[in-house]
Amino acid sequence: MGFTSILGKTLGFAGCALQYACFTHCTFEYVGDFVMCSGPSMEPTLETNNILFTEHITPRMQRLRRGDIIIAKCPTNPKQNICKRITGLPGDKVKGHFMRSQYVPRGHVWLEGDNSSNSSDSRIYGAVPQGLIRSRVVCRVWPLDKISTLTQV
Amino acid sequence: MWIRNLLRSMLLGVPIGVTFLDTIGYVARVEGISMQPALNPESTNTDYVFLSRWAVKDYRIQRGDIISLVSPKDPNQKIIKRVVALEGDIVSTLGYKNQYVRVPEGHIWVEGDHTGHTLDSNTFGPVSLGLVNARAICIVWPPERWQALEAKIPNHRKPVSTQK
Repeated sequence: MGFTSILGKTLGFAGCALQYACFTHCTFEYVGDFVMCSGPSMEPTLETNNILFTEHITPRMQRLRRGDIIIAKCPTNPKQNICKRITGLPGDKVKGHFMRSQYVPRGHVWLEGDNSSNSSDSRIYGAVPQGLIRSRVVCRVWPLDKISTLTQV
Repeated sequence: MWIRNLLRSMLLGVPIGVTFLDTIGYVARVEGISMQPALNPESTNTDYVFLSRWAVKDYRIQRGDIISLVSPKDPNQKIIKRVVALEGDIVSTLGYKNQYVRVPEGHIWVEGDHTGHTLDSNTFGPVSLGLVNARAICIVWPPERWQALEAKIPNHRKPVSTQK
């Protein structure tokens, strides 16, 4: 056991750790990840502390539909994520501030929480650019007695 | 046998490469005339810039930085602009629906240097910080154009009032 063999082992271990870290990054960034949601805005569909599995492929391919539940960066604070339902695609007529109707502009979506009386969503900050959408919710994996898919047919 | 080795090294190498491009940065070609004269001073040749992802990982952005961001009008398109104002600043706009705009929380005001030939916040309004993709650090190609890109705003485009 010389100095070189210890060095070699350390480097080998570091390389292995790097490979795993990069592989994890790519999976979570391009395929799917797990998200814990909090807050009342999506009740009764989702409750605080539910863990969701989300996929990143549909948003990247721009295949989002009305009714999908998505995770997006909050338009007013990019470090925070929001979980809402898409209720309007570009060109749709929606009810905004004070029930005034407006059209969703190009490249944007209209997001609303299911709990419309207790949700800050597009009715407050307007249509959200599609570039902020991170992933689409596929199913709930926790708590175990409420496992269910959350996509539409 | 060699094909198995090749597949194996690709399986290990591709994620490392992608992660590097995602977290450290990459080189991209600048298209269009919207950032003249800082980038693409002559319309004939195009500049390549190094875009640092690391520099914007916690959204620390200063006035005058050149950044690339996802276009709010088309999520497949990336645009390169200069940050003119941060949240809370009041800017005097050029042809936007209001003459003066206070940049809302979590948003920035971006403009191209080539006034009048650029599609920027004067058209689509303040943009959310979450759309920021990377910061342009330097021009890397062609070699005679090699230079760092400084953060500066022309005096007449400085915000009317600034916060912080």
